[in-house]
Amino acid sequence: MIDFSYAAAPESAAIGRVRDRYLPYIDGEFVEGKGADLETVNPGTGELLSVVSTVAEEDLDVAVRAARTAFDGPWSRLTGAQRGAYLFRIARGIAERSRELAVVECLDNGKPIKETRDFDVPTAAQHFFSHAGWADKLEHLGLGPSPRPLGVAGQVIPWNFPLLMAAWKIAPALAAGNTVVIKPAETTPLSILVLAEIIADADLPPGVVNIVPGAGDVGAALVDHPGLDKVAFTGSTAVGRQIQRRLAGTGRKFTLELGGKGANIVFADAAQDQAVEGVVNGIFFNQGQVCCAGSRLLVQEPVAEEFLARLKSRVETLRVGDPMDKNTDVGAINSAAQLDRITALLEAGDAEGAERWTSSCPLPDRGWYLAPTIFEQASPSMRVAREEIFGPVLSVMTFRTPEEALAKANNTPYGLSAGVWTEKGSRAMAMAAGLRAGVVWDNTFNRFDPTAAFGGYRESGFGREGGPAGMRAYLHDDDEPVLARPASTGRDGDR
Amino acid sequence: MTHLTVPKTYKLYLGGKFPRSESGRTYPVTDVQGRFLANAAQASRKDARDAVSAARKGFTAWSGATAYNRGQVIYRIAEMLEGRSAQFVELITTTTGAAARTATAEVQTAVERLVHYAGWTDKLAAVFGSANPVSAPYFSYSAPEPTGVVAVFAPTGAPLLGLVSVLAPVLAGGNAAVVVAAEPDACTAIALAEVLATSDVSGGVVNVLTGSAAELAPHLARHADVDALDLTGLDDELAAACQADSAETVKRVYRPAGVPDFAAAPGTARLRAFLEIKTVWHPTGAVSLAAGSSY
Repeated sequence: MIDFSYAAAPESAAIGRVRDRYLPYIDGEFVEGKGADLETVNPGTGELLSVVSTVAEEDLDVAVRAARTAFDGPWSRLTGAQRGAYLFRIARGIAERSRELAVVECLDNGKPIKETRDFDVPTAAQHFFSHAGWADKLEHLGLGPSPRPLGVAGQVIPWNFPLLMAAWKIAPALAAGNTVVIKPAETTPLSILVLAEIIADADLPPGVVNIVPGAGDVGAALVDHPGLDKVAFTGSTAVGRQIQRRLAGTGRKFTLELGGKGANIVFADAAQDQAVEGVVNGIFFNQGQVCCAGSRLLVQEPVAEEFLARLKSRVETLRVGDPMDKNTDVGAINSAAQLDRITALLEAGDAEGAERWTSSCPLPDRGWYLAPTIFEQASPSMRVAREEIFGPVLSVMTFRTPEEALAKANNTPYGLSAGVWTEKGSRAMAMAAGLRAGVVWDNTFNRFDPTAAFGGYRESGFGREGGPAGMRAYLHDDDEPVLARPASTGRDGDR
Repeated sequence: MTHLTVPKTYKLYLGGKFPRSESGRTYPVTDVQGRFLANAAQASRKDARDAVSAARKGFTAWSGATAYNRGQVIYRIAEMLEGRSAQFVELITTTTGAAARTATAEVQTAVERLVHYAGWTDKLAAVFGSANPVSAPYFSYSAPEPTGVVAVFAPTGAPLLGLVSVLAPVLAGGNAAVVVAAEPDACTAIALAEVLATSDVSGGVVNVLTGSAAELAPHLARHADVDALDLTGLDDELAAACQADSAETVKRVYRPAGVPDFAAAPGTARLRAFLEIKTVWHPTGAVSLAAGSSY
């Protein structure tokens, strides 16, 4: 028996230069917030990482006013090329401090260092770089010769990709000429506050980007703030619904990027080992805490048994543990609360009769961890097959025909992502056409790029991020001509 | 011998058929002077549900048709409307008091609007989609797809042009529609349904309900199988209530910024409101066969 154990190769925490205390970034200054301090914890160890000053509603007023002043003043007077120049600087700043950011993100979020280093941070830099180039090309977006920005955007982002989500929100908003007030997630405020330093070093005019740490109540207050022209939210469908309800009748523009229950469909003719890798990536990347995770495996019956055996033996080799170890494949769950939510759904799966298989990997004795888990023979009615678990938990179902695969894959109120594994090109394309999902990956999974639109169908939300579609979401796009005064037909009073 | 005219019974348009309301209810529609014109069917909640289920079936066929085919069918609607112009001019003059010349202009613009959208069907992907030059060995594209079943609340003011202007973009995108006609415009709406029924539009692609928008709107806004709402014809209060109700299933909602000027060129906001963008990734292999690169 070959010993596959690895010697630990931990990244140095010192590179993160994590300070004892971080401050909100409002109107170009790092200022004390009037909210209670927030302790942010390292999920890998469960130990206190740092303290962050949070904002209160009055701070939000200041931030929104600063964003408005910046929008009316310096920012909207710049040319597109000048706005782009700032964004290019920010992209370079992220790249220059990429190792530090990778460590900060790893410590604050619990995701493996190899992911923050190779994915989150470089993709965030790429997002700024790519969108920087849009700033002086807005006339090519199909919205007329000089599309106007919306104004002040209020943005609320989740904890699963803290820096990357910040980039997804800030870069297109600024490229289009808006200013922003952005709230990071309660458990992951640090990397965006390092980004704030990069933004400050780039000499971005004060008030163009305001960062307001806090918990859900701050997010709710921000979304409700009357000084906003646009709301952009990434997070759960439950909170997305609340936002949609609260913004009803306000006329305010908003986009929602919400939850998912992505199907990963493996046909019998797929390259099986590739498919195994893709399924593993689909559900265990970032501990499965991904809105577009491939959390439902649909495997064609003739190969189901063999595929599951291969899958389990591959999952057994995943190294779960210290996120800072460069060998680690699966890191820590982001918070105790999230681990509780996942555990509750695991118990529901047991209660409903799904067959639970768990990797035998050892787990660290501190921090929040969950061994990769597979529910075999899940039925479509089970909670583990319907609800977003947001953890390293895969539910497996089988199918016989492509039609059945499509029906099962689409049998969800969500519609964010799907994967198709087959060597037959026409089948891959036909499946891609039939899947009601915003992103379809053929023979790959979890690919992201600033040039490619990302966003959901149905209850996974609306609006897109990335590419020209993502840029349009930050510009006035109501080109329907309206009458100056309401038309009077003389009949309305009669009814 | 004097000919006694045979008045038409105005019914609903559901799944390609013209049934009465299951509720058996009707309401009187009057001309501009308040004189009785017809008894229109007053659709119920159950009729609205039937319309949604018919639209879901219609959506499968319509969204699966080629863009060229959809364009031809919408053009066919224009042809049939042109042929029935006189009927619509009469309906418009009778119900709104508009001069014959004004009513004629409205019908002509409605025909032109349909032709405009007939030409859109196979341009949407080129204009609103993209080939994505991703920084990895993948072929990636983003293309628009129809949202699904759209509940459309038709505006008042221009009985034919308003209705055509809100319906045509929904259809051009490949969606199926449940149209709630403006209450006083039931006759024009059902006359248009007769045009649709003879225009190669499959049953269920467009369904027309007449009756009270205020009564029907909450049911449609809450219906889980309605994907999107066009609230053009509702007042602010009812529109806000529908927007709130739409949150439960995260519906797409279109609400124009003011009273649309249907006589003007329409822009693309209505088209885009009922389109999803789907991004597809497909591997091209680790090595580009086209050219080497040292970057």
